[in-house]
Amino acid sequence: MKKAVLDMSQFDQNKLNELDAFIEQYEGENKKESLIPVLYQAQKIFGYLPHNLQRHIALKLALPSAHVNGVVTFYSYFSEKPVGKNTLSVCMGTACFVKGADKLLDKALGITQSKRNEITEDGQFTIKDVRCIGACGLAPVVTVNDKVYGKVSEKEIDDIIAKHQEETHD
Amino acid sequence: MIRSYDDLQNRRATLQTQKPKRLEVIVCAGTSCLSSDSDIILDMLQKDVLDRGLDIEVEVVKSGCFLFCGQGPMLKVMPDDVIYVQLTLKDVNRIIEEHIIKGNIVTDLLYERDDKKRAKNESDTPYYKKQRRIALRNLGIINPDSLDDYLEYNGYEAMARAITKMTPEDVIEVVKTSGLRGRGGGGFPTGLKWKFTRATKSDEKYVICNADEGDPGAFMDRSIMEGDPHSIIEAMIINGYAVGANNGLIYIRAEYEIAAKPLFKALIDAREAGLLGKEILGTDFSFDIEVKLGAGAFVCGEETALIHSMEGKRGEPTTKPPFPSEVGFRGKPSNVNNVETYANIPPILVHGADWFNKIGTKNSKGTKVFALAGNIENIGLVEVPMGTTFREIIYDIGGGIPNGKKFKAVQIGGPSGGVVTEKDLDMEIDYDSLQQAGSMMGSGGMIVMDEDTDIVEIAKFYLDFTQDESCGKCTPCRIGTKRLYEILEKLTNMEGTPHDLELLETLSENVKNASLCGLGQSAPNPVLSTLKHFRDEYEDYAYRRKRTAYVVDGQKCIGCTKCARVCPVDCIAGKPREVHVITESDCIACGACYDACPVDAIIKP
Amino acid sequence: MKLIDKMINCKINDISVTVEAGTTALDAAKKAGINIPTLCHLNLHELGAVNKSANCRVCLVENEDRGNLVPSCAEVVTEGMRIQTDTKKAVMGRRTSTELLLSNHPKDCLICVKNRDCELQTLADDMNITEIHYTGEMMSHPIDESSGAILKDPNKCVMCRRCTTMCDDVQTIGVLSPLKRGFDVVVATAFHLDLGDTSCTYCGQCVSVCPTAALVALPQTTSVWRRLNDKERHTVVQVAPAVRVALGEMFGYKPGEISTGKIVSALKRLGFDAVFDTNFGADLTIIEEAKEFVERLENNETLPMLTSCCPAWVQFIEHQFPDLIDIPSSCKSPQSMVGALSKTYYAEKKGIDPDKVRMVSVMPCVAKKAESAREQLNKDGRKDVDFVITTRELGRMIKEAAIEFRSLDEKPFDDLLGESTGAATIFGATGGVIEAATRTAYEMMTGKELKTVDFKQMRGMEGIREASLEINGRTLKIGIAHELGNARKLLEDIRQGNSRFDLIEIMACPGGCIGGGGQPYHHGDISILEKRRKALYAMDAGMKRRKSHENEQVMKLYEDFLDKPGSKKAHDLLHTSYSVKARI
Ligand SMILES: Cc1cc2nc3c(=O)[nH]c(=O)nc-3n(C[C@H](O)[C@H](O)[C@H](O)COP(=O)(O)O)c2cc1C
Ligand code: SF4
Ligand code: SF4
Ligand code: SF4
Ligand code: SF4
Ligand code: SF4
Ligand code: SF4
Ligand code: SF4
Ligand code: SF4
Ligand code: FES
Ligand code: FES
Ligand code: FES
Repeated sequence: MKKAVLDMSQFDQNKLNELDAFIEQYEGENKKESLIPVLYQAQKIFGYLPHNLQRHIALKLALPSAHVNGVVTFYSYFSEKPVGKNTLSVCMGTACFVKGADKLLDKALGITQSKRNEITEDGQFTIKDVRCIGACGLAPVVTVNDKVYGKVSEKEIDDIIAKHQEETHD
Repeated sequence: MIRSYDDLQNRRATLQTQKPKRLEVIVCAGTSCLSSDSDIILDMLQKDVLDRGLDIEVEVVKSGCFLFCGQGPMLKVMPDDVIYVQLTLKDVNRIIEEHIIKGNIVTDLLYERDDKKRAKNESDTPYYKKQRRIALRNLGIINPDSLDDYLEYNGYEAMARAITKMTPEDVIEVVKTSGLRGRGGGGFPTGLKWKFTRATKSDEKYVICNADEGDPGAFMDRSIMEGDPHSIIEAMIINGYAVGANNGLIYIRAEYEIAAKPLFKALIDAREAGLLGKEILGTDFSFDIEVKLGAGAFVCGEETALIHSMEGKRGEPTTKPPFPSEVGFRGKPSNVNNVETYANIPPILVHGADWFNKIGTKNSKGTKVFALAGNIENIGLVEVPMGTTFREIIYDIGGGIPNGKKFKAVQIGGPSGGVVTEKDLDMEIDYDSLQQAGSMMGSGGMIVMDEDTDIVEIAKFYLDFTQDESCGKCTPCRIGTKRLYEILEKLTNMEGTPHDLELLETLSENVKNASLCGLGQSAPNPVLSTLKHFRDEYEDYAYRRKRTAYVVDGQKCIGCTKCARVCPVDCIAGKPREVHVITESDCIACGACYDACPVDAIIKP
Repeated sequence: MKLIDKMINCKINDISVTVEAGTTALDAAKKAGINIPTLCHLNLHELGAVNKSANCRVCLVENEDRGNLVPSCAEVVTEGMRIQTDTKKAVMGRRTSTELLLSNHPKDCLICVKNRDCELQTLADDMNITEIHYTGEMMSHPIDESSGAILKDPNKCVMCRRCTTMCDDVQTIGVLSPLKRGFDVVVATAFHLDLGDTSCTYCGQCVSVCPTAALVALPQTTSVWRRLNDKERHTVVQVAPAVRVALGEMFGYKPGEISTGKIVSALKRLGFDAVFDTNFGADLTIIEEAKEFVERLENNETLPMLTSCCPAWVQFIEHQFPDLIDIPSSCKSPQSMVGALSKTYYAEKKGIDPDKVRMVSVMPCVAKKAESAREQLNKDGRKDVDFVITTRELGRMIKEAAIEFRSLDEKPFDDLLGESTGAATIFGATGGVIEAATRTAYEMMTGKELKTVDFKQMRGMEGIREASLEINGRTLKIGIAHELGNARKLLEDIRQGNSRFDLIEIMACPGGCIGGGGQPYHHGDISILEKRRKALYAMDAGMKRRKSHENEQVMKLYEDFLDKPGSKKAHDLLHTSYSVKARI
């Protein structure tokens, strides 16, 4: 366990440099406060926040690793596990829930045979539930990556998944 | 660069005297419309107009939300004042050919009213009739990306007057006498908050805009940020001047990263124009704004948690006092206000406290924006004077319940609020009346529920939400909301007893009283209010009277066998063309038959 | 200006009380004779640690004017405020919080190390909880014993955050943090690493404030009993200085009462074959350390030199300042010195097979448990010290053996490793080591007798203190720090090249070992530390010999066995080395 945390060899050096350069811009009081933006950036670059990366960030920002890990695990935006090529999020905000979003979520999980927040076997999808994305007018709402689908019916879930599966296959 | 009040007025005068083009096509680029391809419609229109050489006389621009999101994507042709709704890509060509070129209204793209008549514009559409727009004044009118548009519509006038012609105390006095109360949930008098922050002595202070908008089902803050970003910037500058702060921060929730784009642009534009930054309008007042992103935690809408989050920490609230106005960001006095609260500030300063004070009820002044959603005909944003009744909002504006269903309840205030039922439909909505009804204003999410809604499931949904979003710091909320959820789960699993209802009630009371922050203090509200209004439904569960199985309505069944074929546990029996029967004890309530039945002969439990 | 400005009049249950501005409702109530229960609250402002989390909600009272419940531990009273502690709302609020905590707690009191010393248990008793109305899912996390020093059982955690306050604010290590949120929240190490794989110093300050058994010193009494019953082994024991001014608290003595003789007596009754004094090792440490210091000074080697007898502090520098690990003294800690000698010098003199000797230490300290497992303190498979038990564990063993502690007679330590001076005694308090070293170094360097041995500037509870001393025309600058946060400041200075000191003493615990993580719980009453501290200095003052080099048994040890201070053999047995460790 500990070895894994200390080992940084698996990381692409270019990506690490990119992250370090981002961290450079913060100093003084801003440095301590920059944790959340830095984690954002790290997740953007690496896709997720594995433990050794969190520790790397902790050292760079002179924060205890436990504090970094405490922040990462507090916010639902951050993921410690790798995510699929596509992130399909079903809005479970109230407006969407009232319009049957829970069924959409079950359906999506069923089709992809996966669990919430866990990557599918083929690595294509991570299915998540999210809180309101502010498009309640279109409830129930499903997003795949940045694309928003409104007034989604259970049937359409099949199409949506199929569509993105294809896109990433070619 | 705008270097003085005179500069500003000259610039506005120039903008206002510019001759507009023959036609202006305004496309809604609010979140809902965007997600149904309004961005493509905008592109197509712009390209087409250019290709056909119409760009000299026709301008195609985007704007913020038109409020009637359920009818999106939509666009408006000015000055003809015609609104087209529910557009598809195919409709673009027709609008150009028919309306833009020939000047004919494309009737079938107009909004169809309940009475089957087509509505040409806002004044024809009941949805807009009772609305009064202050916070949303510029939405659907100006291009959020254009500082000039904002300036043309009186933008930065309030700020200019405040910092060049008024003392900070004057500004606070106006806000105070206007009667404006915080729109973020608590309803705290805004002027008073400003006064407190001003009164705390410190070398540094901060002004913070709470754009976390955590209530799932509310989207007014997002729409304002997207559609009228300068109004927030302007208000924050005024706020900074009034309390003696030179730094502003906007905390935006993670999911709104894209929504914040117009805001980022607005900040840059304002800075370039000299409206933000050092020595604004030649005064010695300097003020700048930074944006901080949240990372997915409802509790970060609570102001102390929000501050910790901005400091790079876990978003855990701290006990108040001390209030942020005394000890806030980086330990310095900080004034936290909500987006909608800010959006009200410029008009108040321009039109005066009295003007605002005349709108609304005795203790709740001005208007309130509600996000109308759920089982309702017209979905969208509604801004109405305080004191408007639920009936007006739900029926006159919202168009009632779809599919001929009956109204059951409306949840207001999100996970912190409660339900209002039939008997309170004529209640005049304001902070106090809602409180009395066991609900709260919250941020103004208004979720309408029809007769099919299982109210205990709704309470469970909210508890699931709050216990999931609890920061886990204090005992009553960390363990109490979990226990409440467990009791509800026990009930809906048909494993409860009448004693559980008592537990539910006492525990709810105590979690409310004992929790550290507003999240835990209000988490039991949905339970308490539904228990109060729908106790019988809880009792159905507690006494296990509730049917869990689906059943076939023998009157309607045509014996098509569809249900039997989809049932995963094969508990539906029946020959073709005969009435089918469900073995209730085997039914797992998956609902597959319900969806499959072509004649709606299956009855939900 | 006027005193009246600073006084606040308020009402607690209709009783008028006048208190200083800034007083909490909890303290105001105390003044009115009303005790409100607390759990998360911990006010150690003398140590720079106030746990302000106000999160347990067992101290709620009603603010009559607003009609809401407020946490009395955090609510500062204001002029005219009216507080009611016993309204139905307040009582129900407090009860519910307690019941909810218990609904998520194992309730293993009968077999729990914290039995009868547990604040949660006391709370349940004070609240007369005889029924828990709510049941449901309970936490379920693995227990972590990996460090060999601390047992971490998250299932008994009440999330009071006292441990993180100590670790973050006082010690500046930050080993623990709440992870996740909501019901899933757990106070844990980064990535749930084993505590032994983190930068934990094992100072045990989290242990000393944890109200429950979620963090305790890893119990080792069972292993000690096994050794004691094993007649094949020769089991010896040593007792640290700070133990003798604290153990009595477990048997109804007042804090600071000295019970050295009774402790020796009890240990003999428990069946130890010989009872040694860690103070002997302390005197020895001083001589070796003074020698090392004088050499470093004369040879212009790295200065300042740092003391090395606190293992938590050693861990700290290894993890946090790897670039500076050549500056601590190479001397082993007193317990290790006594341990090493018990298996060489003592065994040789007594004709015992060294492999049969087992050394048990009784320490005020949690870190010493981990220290005994250090590679560098294990020669050819022979550990300097085999088992370390804390002051508390000794107390529990004495109770277990049904020894009536109060009626024991007083016995002296055993020969060879049993004599000590006043200088060794004050090792247990912050500043004591350096004062003892100064007494010896002065005479070593000047060859003159030191007349006044009391260095009052070095004493006290200030976090960082300094003293200077004229020796041979040179002014020696001495720095003293206790608590690792203060140590960090001194080390940062050294790293920046700004240190003004030649010699620095560092102790990880507040007040030094008297405030160690293995001492009887202070339950938030820090005045106890002061009493223990005073007792140590009183002991020193009352002793005939007060300089380490006057210890005759130590001198005999050099004569018969080690040759002279700093000799090759002394180095082999009494000195050690440090290794760089990863910071996590
Ligand atoms: C759990 C919780 C969530 C909250 N979420 C929000 C929010 O999303 N947006 C908001 O403006 N205020 C929110 N608030 C209220 C803020 O704490 C604060 O009162 C408000 O931002 C003050 O601004 P106002 O006076 O302009 O309303 C929340 C409060 C609680 C307790
Ligand atoms: S009430 Fe809930 S969200 Fe608020 S501090 Fe307590 S645990 Fe956290
Ligand atoms: S609800 Fe599901 S299990 Fe029950 S009868 Fe219908 S299809 Fe079968
Ligand atoms: S699907 Fe409907 S109509 Fe067809 S058999 Fe079933 S209940 Fe009857
Ligand atoms: S920690 Fe305290 S309450 Fe819990 S089992 Fe141990 S003694 Fe009992
Ligand atoms: S206190 Fe109660 S549970 Fe504990 S040992 Fe005595 S009788 Fe048993
Ligand atoms: S033993 Fe010391 S360093 Fe380790 S967690 Fe506890 S307080 Fe922190
Ligand atoms: S481990 Fe102990 S001190 Fe730390 S939070 Fe839990 S109960 Fe409190
Ligand atoms: S100060 Fe003493 S008790 Fe504390 S860790 Fe150091 S040696 Fe142990
Ligand atoms: S509730 Fe789903 S988008 Fe708002
Ligand atoms: S987003 Fe277009 S009308 Fe609201
Ligand atoms: S003791 Fe006051 S809240 Fe815990």
